[in-house]
Amino acid sequence: MSMDFDYIDRMLIVRINGDIDHHSCEGIRAKIDKEIAKRSPRAILFDMEQVGFMDSSGIGVLIGRYKLISGGGGKAGMINVKPQIKRLCEICGLQKIIKIYPSKKQAISSIKE
Amino acid sequence: MKADNEMKLEFLSKSQNESFARSVVAAFVAQLDPTIEELAEIKTAVSEAVTNAIIHGYSCEMGNVIIISRLIGNTVEIEVKDFGVGIADIELARQPLYTSKPELERSGMGFTVMETFMDKVDIESYIGEGTTIRMTKKITTVK
Repeated sequence: MSMDFDYIDRMLIVRINGDIDHHSCEGIRAKIDKEIAKRSPRAILFDMEQVGFMDSSGIGVLIGRYKLISGGGGKAGMINVKPQIKRLCEICGLQKIIKIYPSKKQAISSIKE
Repeated sequence: MKADNEMKLEFLSKSQNESFARSVVAAFVAQLDPTIEELAEIKTAVSEAVTNAIIHGYSCEMGNVIIISRLIGNTVEIEVKDFGVGIADIELARQPLYTSKPELERSGMGFTVMETFMDKVDIESYIGEGTTIRMTKKITTVK
């Protein structure tokens, strides 16, 4: 599982490359948490363009990272979410806490507000 | 009813096999010419059931997981079986957001996802003997 990190105005942008399931979620969690500990971001944005599959294990990981960020008053969002993963997010009510944005630009301006 | 086709898959309860298991079932179901959405729903439901067997059935210790899938007309049946600890309270396990392992950062949505993505989900479980999850879904084949 490879991941890329980027920062824009203290927003951590996490690009996940690959499936998010119970097997991969431990590595994803560890890598993101290391970044959060290192940089103390105010917000987190998950770029899901390269995620072809996600199950409810992924929901647990995303909520967990949101909790870490929101503990300090931060926000979280998602972009480039495929329809089948969007449906999973709707079923699990994830969008109430991690909104899906139509573009990176919109996500950055909305989350910063 | 007699199945038109059937397959059986047995593998160790290693998390590495989750991706393998859902891909095999998806490849088998592809014979019914499902839509991309239907295939994604089946893969997700299988992933949830296999993850349950690994995390809850075997508590991450080694055991065998068996998947039997049958195609009957345009309906797919999938059984995911483990020989682990069993589920004490099936109704509680089915509740959205319920997890018996909150320390693992689980969402507790596994059964809710299976029930949403499949037409029918039955759970048979005996303490100390194991759990079988049976799911069916009708494929709306467009020819």
